[in-house]
Amino acid sequence: MAVTPLPDSIDATLAMLAKANYVADRSLATVLYLALKMGRPLFLEGEAGVGKTEIAKVLSTALGRRLIRLQCYEGLDVSAAVYEWNYGAQMIAIRMAEAQGEGDRDRLEHDVFSERYLVKRPLLQALEPDPAGAPVLLIDELDRTDEAFEAFLLEVLADFQVTIPELGTVKAAEPPIVIVTSNRTREVHDALKRRCLYHWVGYPDAARELNILRAKVPGIAKKLSQQVVAFVQALRKEDLFKSPGVAETLDWAGALTELDVVALDPATVSDTLGVLLKYQDDIAKLDGTKVKALLDEVKSELRAAE
Amino acid sequence: MLDALQAVDVARIGTKDDFYWTLHAVFVKRHEHSILFDQAFRIFFRRRGYIDKLIAQMLPQTLPTAPQAPEAGAQRIQEALFSGNKAKTEEQEVEIDARLTVSDREVLQKKDFAQMTNAEIAKAKEAIARLALPLDEVKTRRMTPSRHGRLIDMRRTLRSSMKAGGALIDLKYLGPRVKEPPIVALLDISGSMSQYTRLFLHFLHSITDARKRVTTFLFGTRLTNVTRAIRQRDPDEALAACGAYVVDWSGGTRIATSLHDFNKHWARRVLGQGAVVLLITDGLERDADDTLAFEMDRLHRSCRRLIWLNPLLRFDGFEPRAKGVKTILSHVDELRPIHNLDSMTALVRALSGAPDKGYDTKAMLRKVA
Repeated sequence: MAVTPLPDSIDATLAMLAKANYVADRSLATVLYLALKMGRPLFLEGEAGVGKTEIAKVLSTALGRRLIRLQCYEGLDVSAAVYEWNYGAQMIAIRMAEAQGEGDRDRLEHDVFSERYLVKRPLLQALEPDPAGAPVLLIDELDRTDEAFEAFLLEVLADFQVTIPELGTVKAAEPPIVIVTSNRTREVHDALKRRCLYHWVGYPDAARELNILRAKVPGIAKKLSQQVVAFVQALRKEDLFKSPGVAETLDWAGALTELDVVALDPATVSDTLGVLLKYQDDIAKLDGTKVKALLDEVKSELRAAE
Repeated sequence: MLDALQAVDVARIGTKDDFYWTLHAVFVKRHEHSILFDQAFRIFFRRRGYIDKLIAQMLPQTLPTAPQAPEAGAQRIQEALFSGNKAKTEEQEVEIDARLTVSDREVLQKKDFAQMTNAEIAKAKEAIARLALPLDEVKTRRMTPSRHGRLIDMRRTLRSSMKAGGALIDLKYLGPRVKEPPIVALLDISGSMSQYTRLFLHFLHSITDARKRVTTFLFGTRLTNVTRAIRQRDPDEALAACGAYVVDWSGGTRIATSLHDFNKHWARRVLGQGAVVLLITDGLERDADDTLAFEMDRLHRSCRRLIWLNPLLRFDGFEPRAKGVKTILSHVDELRPIHNLDSMTALVRALSGAPDKGYDTKAMLRKVA
């Protein structure tokens, strides 16, 4: 099977992302191109719902590589992230050996701790060779784990190898394409960031958000899509506890399409505000009059732009 | 630097824009640095008016008719590029009491920080450094080998069984791993607190040294995160570094604004995993209104334990007459005095979660409420 080649310029990267329905700006394409070319992990930081995880998914589709996802959480440890032994099968193997009168302890130990009984978790899978090329390894929401796991990742990300005491060191023949994301709920250690290229994924500007919306919700009316984007952009300027991300914009556009809305009016906005805002304080802040004022502002701006 | 050369080489730069983002990818490792990078890039690659601009950058304050305020980040870039001209940051010294007093240990323990002499302060610092922080522990979802655990540790069990050729199964257990919850300190450095600030910083420095996850913020009229500065080993260097970060030493207080800033930008990032918040302020708020109540309520709801440390409690007749004090009071779990070594020691004990016989939280809250 032929390996899809990596893009050979920033423009090619941009085109590749566009083909996979991801509307990126040039800064992201540049850093992504560099990460691919230099074989370095890419560290993406940004607010929730701006499309960080999506980048890894798009990369895997566009390059035809396998996507291996490691979702981080507080209790994540080596046995859930790298490997575990298949204890049930091991027990049976020991009993069988006993029943057959096998007496050689060393050989039994060697057999039981062989690759046959190894359960591979995401990090180990990512180091395995693949005919379609090295996989895309997504380490999602790294900020949710603790420092101990982060420190462990250093070895993996620097040398692309892990050590299993019973088997030895497993090293990737071809390093995986690594995307690390963080929502910034805590600061990730400098040592890890140093090994990666860094990019802050911000909220898109109106033009780009409109393109994203049209790419992801194809059936949406032109007028509605403009209003939705302009309203969300205006909302992000307000002093909110959690500003709506691109994911929320898409959700909202989807919800409005479901409701057969063709143009925004204050009542519809108020009724569907829960799709955009997820904190009661924020929703309370946007009462009916505020919504109306914002909407009027947005509409007059759109009219002026026509 | 090598990375940058490699990256520039790899990217085969065509336009200035691409060059910008290529260098950005290599040099910028934190979102906040993006703005500094932008400034530095533009200053470095400016052709026309380069010298004029540099001069303007160097003397932003001494040119009263400067056409416009320096852009965000300009001040910091200026400092980075011309560190020789760096303005000396004001530092608030603890007022020195010139009286010659002979103080033994006993007196020192009870003495108000505000009335200490220089020598006493030095001793107090030593005593603070000696305060050992006992372990306050919360269970995590991670597991660790444990004799009294309830889950079977298959990995170790199987390994140890192999020693006997699989004939004996020697069960090993796992229990939850425990660790210290993070501490987040919000320290008021406004004028009314100035007598205490330095010693509190020493206190925070010593607990930062002892525990892994201590985040420190200073606030007066605005909020500054000084965790990195305070993490330096030498307490004096650490304090000097804090001074370099903070611009509003001994100014007014805007508790509500600072808390809003904290809640919005930091709460989600530092208050995970059952954090304990230490709010160190006298509560003398310049403009107390509903916002303060709202922000206090939010802060209270997002942490495990909110402890208010108030040096004004040293006065026996302390009454919460100021509106700000009343507002804060209705949203804290605990209120403690913190004006001498005794109270600091008591606090350290309380942080360990150990029952504190000499101090009744509820009675204290009732007394002042």
